[in-house]
Amino acid sequence: MHGLINQAIERFGRATYGDRFWERVCRGQGLPVRRFEAMQSYDPGVTEAMLDGLAQALGKARGEVLEDIGTFLVSSPSTEALRRLLRFGGTEFVDFLYSLDDLPARVRLAVPELELPQMELREHGPRSFSFVVRTEGAKPWFGHVMVGLLRAMADDYGALVVLEHMGASPGREIIAIMLLETAFAEGRAFDLGAPVP
Amino acid sequence: MSVAGLDAERLGSVLDTLCPMHVLLDGTGHIRHAGPAMRKLAPGGVPDGTRLTDLLDLRRPRASDRMEALLALAGRKLHFALRTPPRTELKGVLVPLPAEAGAEGPGAVLNLSFGISIVDAVRDYALTSADFAATDLAIEMLYLVEAKSAAMEELRRLNTRLDGARIEALEASVTDKLTGLRNRRALEPVMSRLVETTTDFALMHLDLDHFKHVNDTYGHAAGDAVLQAVACRLTGSTRDRDTLIRIGGDEFLLVLPEQTRVDAVADLARRLIRELSRPIPFGERRLSVSASIGASLSRMYDPPDPVRMMHDADTALYAAKAAGRGTYRQYTPELGQMGAGEAN
Repeated sequence: MHGLINQAIERFGRATYGDRFWERVCRGQGLPVRRFEAMQSYDPGVTEAMLDGLAQALGKARGEVLEDIGTFLVSSPSTEALRRLLRFGGTEFVDFLYSLDDLPARVRLAVPELELPQMELREHGPRSFSFVVRTEGAKPWFGHVMVGLLRAMADDYGALVVLEHMGASPGREIIAIMLLETAFAEGRAFDLGAPVP
Repeated sequence: MSVAGLDAERLGSVLDTLCPMHVLLDGTGHIRHAGPAMRKLAPGGVPDGTRLTDLLDLRRPRASDRMEALLALAGRKLHFALRTPPRTELKGVLVPLPAEAGAEGPGAVLNLSFGISIVDAVRDYALTSADFAATDLAIEMLYLVEAKSAAMEELRRLNTRLDGARIEALEASVTDKLTGLRNRRALEPVMSRLVETTTDFALMHLDLDHFKHVNDTYGHAAGDAVLQAVACRLTGSTRDRDTLIRIGGDEFLLVLPEQTRVDAVADLARRLIRELSRPIPFGERRLSVSASIGASLSRMYDPPDPVRMMHDADTALYAAKAAGRGTYRQYTPELGQMGAGEAN
């Protein structure tokens, strides 16, 4: 598994629940590595173990943990770079939704080794969409991350949406999206120009 | 000014969508319309009738900024800079429009873009994606720049961490890089272990003679070669279970487990001095050093005390040096008395 994904899970654990919690989860799962490098590759079993450990320690379903991770990725100041990259997808939430079709290709441009599942937005009406994640034999978990991420991004754009993970069938996960209002709230600012470091 | 039935206003509104950073010029080089992105670049907007040359400075190709001269550059790549700070550079291309009846010469469309200055420009002029045509790759480029910077930043952090880890490993290392012997950090654990397991041992403190002379005369490379040769000979003349330490410069410590006999230690010391006194080849040269050795034996202490043994081996070494180079002394209480006497 790509280090960026493991690092995202680690950051979520440490930032939300503290270092000691994170160390305990890793110890519980017998993980020798507790700090992940973004540009390194790890055994897929490590990722599974971290997710199981988090779910157990938090008393939540794995899907819920994954959703929380998705939300964290967009809303935490420590991952602001990712939020900005996603906001390049469009000026309106709907544009952003459509831009997700290109997300795996965009990600490949930046980090060639990081492979994300193919995704597709289907429009059923002006306010009704479904989002299909092609999991291709992998365990269905990316869809749950996307639910959390989309929810936080809707917030970021100031849109009011209802999101639901409709479950997984072999090879794909489906998320239902109801767009209630595009400009419900102010949303967060986004300037094309990156802040000067 | 009309093109295929389009008047300037309608042409302008078509161009506003297709190329938001354009200006429509009349036959005298005055701006009749400016696209929405273009208007953002001028602090006071671009009032109708502004002269193009008051807004933009043509940098390349060098030419008169009269309208006729500009028209002669039609279709070529033009380089402009804004007249007002931060004097952003722009690329442009100009296309003449058919002359209106009765007008003085044909007008033109000048389309502009930022080129590589785009990263600064979006910040300087607070541009949004609406300021770029839907077909423009500018947003993708900005995305890429930012994605790559984030990836680079991650790599930079990884490098810093690896560097820290390397320094830590170096500090924790017990090996002397130059000679491959142990370094000072190895001494304490080795002696403590011997004391704990009540194993008697001898401690030799060895100092090279004439090393400074070699170093000063033939340079550091020669000095390094000597130290390496010395390390090699010391290793060859001792047992595997002996610990050889270079404690710095040309000083060595030898921890010799189960060496308890005064005469055996003296024999070994003399053999080592003989070995180290043989010339050391260095390129065409043969370098000569020798060694002085002082030693202390653990069984002379009750209980053995590494700190005192170190001190006493040191005292013996200075006695050896004082007795003329290339000699060996073993520590005795009398030697200690003498040293103390001299110090007073």
